[in-house]
Amino acid sequence: MVIDDALRARIESEMRSFPEPRGALLGALHRVQEELGCVSSEAARELSEIFAVFPVEVLELVRFYNFFSEEPRGRHQVTVCTNLPCALVGANDLLCGIEGHLGIAVGETTPDGRIHLGREECLGACANGPMMRIGGDYHEDLDLAAACAVLDALE
Amino acid sequence: MQKAPFTTGYLTEHCGDDAFGTLKGYRARGGYETARRTLKKGSPEEVIATVRDSGLQGRGGAGFGTGQKWSFMPADDGSAPRYLVCNADESEPGSFKDRLLLERAPHLLIEGILLSAFAIGAEKTFLYVRGEYGESIRSLTRALEEARRGKVLGPRALGSRFAHEVVLVRGAGAYICGEETALLESLEGRKGMPRRKPPYPAEHGAFGRPTTVNNVETLCHVPHIVGKGADWFRSFGTDASPGNTLFGVSGQVVRPGLYELPLGTPLDEIVFEHAGGVPDGRKIKAVVPGGLSMAALPAGQLDVPMADEFLRERQTALGTGGIIVMDDRTCMVRAACVITHFFRDESCGQCTQCREGTGWLNRIVRRIERGGGRFEDLALLEDLCGKMEGQTICAFADAAWPVQGLLRHFRQDFQSHVNQRRCPYPESFAL
Repeated sequence: MVIDDALRARIESEMRSFPEPRGALLGALHRVQEELGCVSSEAARELSEIFAVFPVEVLELVRFYNFFSEEPRGRHQVTVCTNLPCALVGANDLLCGIEGHLGIAVGETTPDGRIHLGREECLGACANGPMMRIGGDYHEDLDLAAACAVLDALE
Repeated sequence: MQKAPFTTGYLTEHCGDDAFGTLKGYRARGGYETARRTLKKGSPEEVIATVRDSGLQGRGGAGFGTGQKWSFMPADDGSAPRYLVCNADESEPGSFKDRLLLERAPHLLIEGILLSAFAIGAEKTFLYVRGEYGESIRSLTRALEEARRGKVLGPRALGSRFAHEVVLVRGAGAYICGEETALLESLEGRKGMPRRKPPYPAEHGAFGRPTTVNNVETLCHVPHIVGKGADWFRSFGTDASPGNTLFGVSGQVVRPGLYELPLGTPLDEIVFEHAGGVPDGRKIKAVVPGGLSMAALPAGQLDVPMADEFLRERQTALGTGGIIVMDDRTCMVRAACVITHFFRDESCGQCTQCREGTGWLNRIVRRIERGGGRFEDLALLEDLCGKMEGQTICAFADAAWPVQGLLRHFRQDFQSHVNQRRCPYPESFAL
C-alpha cells in the first residue's frame, strides 16, 4: 500500500463535498502527487479501487493534467513562463541563463534531485515578467541574478 | 500578490487595501449588506431582472449576457440540486485580472456568488480555481473559512432562509478547462474535454444537473449592480457594452499592469495615456486587444473603442481584455511561433482539425521563422486556418484567428522571411 490510512481517510472525506465521489478524484491526485512525489502505477491502482473506476481512467488523468507525473520530478518544480507577454520582456533569455546556472536543460532535474526545470504557458503574471513559479509561489519582475538567488536558496 | 490597479473604479477601489481581503475589512466597507438585504427580502426574479436590465456581459471572454444566461435555467421545482460554477481558471495569455480579484477581493466574489446562486436557485457553488494560482487558493481558502464561521455561508446564509455552500476545486494545469464544458468534465473527475452542445449546462451541467457557469469578474460586478441598480451600471461604458472592466496591459509598455476603465475606452488611450506607451522612444508595431486568442491590430488601428461592437468591425474581439503591446523591433513570425506553440500544447486532442491543425500551423510558422519557408506556405497557412475555424466542438480551434490576424496585417513580415531566407528582425525578442 502506498496510500496510507490517513491519506485514504482524507480522500474519502473530500468525496462528501460532491454529488458523485468521482468529483474528488482531481483533489485526490493533487494529494498523492504532493505527498508521494508522483502518481506511481501502484498509487493509480489504489486510487482506482478507492474511486471504483478502471486504473486506466486514473492514469489518463495523470497524463492529461500537467500537475501530475508518473515518476518523481525533483523536490522543487521550477517553471518559467515563456508565453508572449513574458517572451516580449526577455523570458527566454532568463530561461537560458537559468539552464546555464543549474547546468541542466529544460525538462531535466539537477543530479542531486533538488530542482526540476520546466517552461510553462501563461501564469497570469503578465505585467510582472519575466517570472517563475516554484510550487504555489510566484517570483516576479526577475532578472537572472534575482532568479539565481531564489534558486540557490532552495533546499 | 498581484499589484493593485493603476486606475480604479467601483470594482477595485479597495483592492489596494489589504484589510479588504478579510471579512471584517470587507464588512467595514459595506460588504455583504446587499446580499443580506436581498436574501432576506428580495426575490430571485428581481435579481435576474436587474442584472438582465443592466446589460452585464460575461467577462470571461465570450461576452454573453449574464442575465440572459441565468434565465436559461429551467424552472426550479425544488426537486433536485442545481449548481453555480465559478470559473476561476483564468489562463488566457495576457489576462491577469481575475487573479487580482481572487487574491485581493475574495469576499466581493463570495457576495457575488451568493447573489447569483440565489437568483438561479443553486444550493451549492463549485469554485474551480486554476491550480497554478497558489496565492489565490490560499486567499480563497481563508475567506471561505471566515465566511462559514461568520455564517455568511451555511444553512442560513447571512441570517436568511437561503442555504448555500461553496466547494473549492483546484485545477491541475490544462488551459482548455477554462472552456465551460471542459471545466465541468474536469470538475467531475475526467479529462478536460469540451462537451458537444446542446445540451447546454443550464439543462445538463455539473453532474448532470442544471448549472450556470460564470466568470470571477462577472460575479464581482453583481453585488454592485444589485445594490445600486441597472441604470447606475449603465452610466458606465457604452450602450451595447455597459459597465467598467479590468484591462490588463502587458508587453513592451512603460507601466504594465491592470486598469479599471469603462468599456469603450479607446485602445490608444489605454496604451499611451494610461500605460505610458512604449519605452525608450520606440514605436508600437502591434497590439493584441483581448488576450492571445484574439487577432492583433496594427499601429494604425489603435483608435478603436474597447468594446465588442467596435472591435468586431476590425475582425477582432474584446475577449478577456488582455492587451499585449509589441514594439517595432518585434518579429511577427516569432509572435506566431509563440501563439501556435501555445495552442499546439494546449489542444485537448479531441477534434482532429484542432489536434492536427495546431501542430501543422506551428511547424509551418517555425519553418518560416528559421528561413526555410516556401512561397506557398502563406497560402497553406490560410487554407489550414479556414479548415479549423468553426469546425470543432469548442472555440479552441479558432486559434486560427490570431494567425489569420497576423497574416492580414503583417503579411510583409512573413514574405520577407521567405524572400530573405532568414529573420529580418535581429533585435526581436528571443524564442
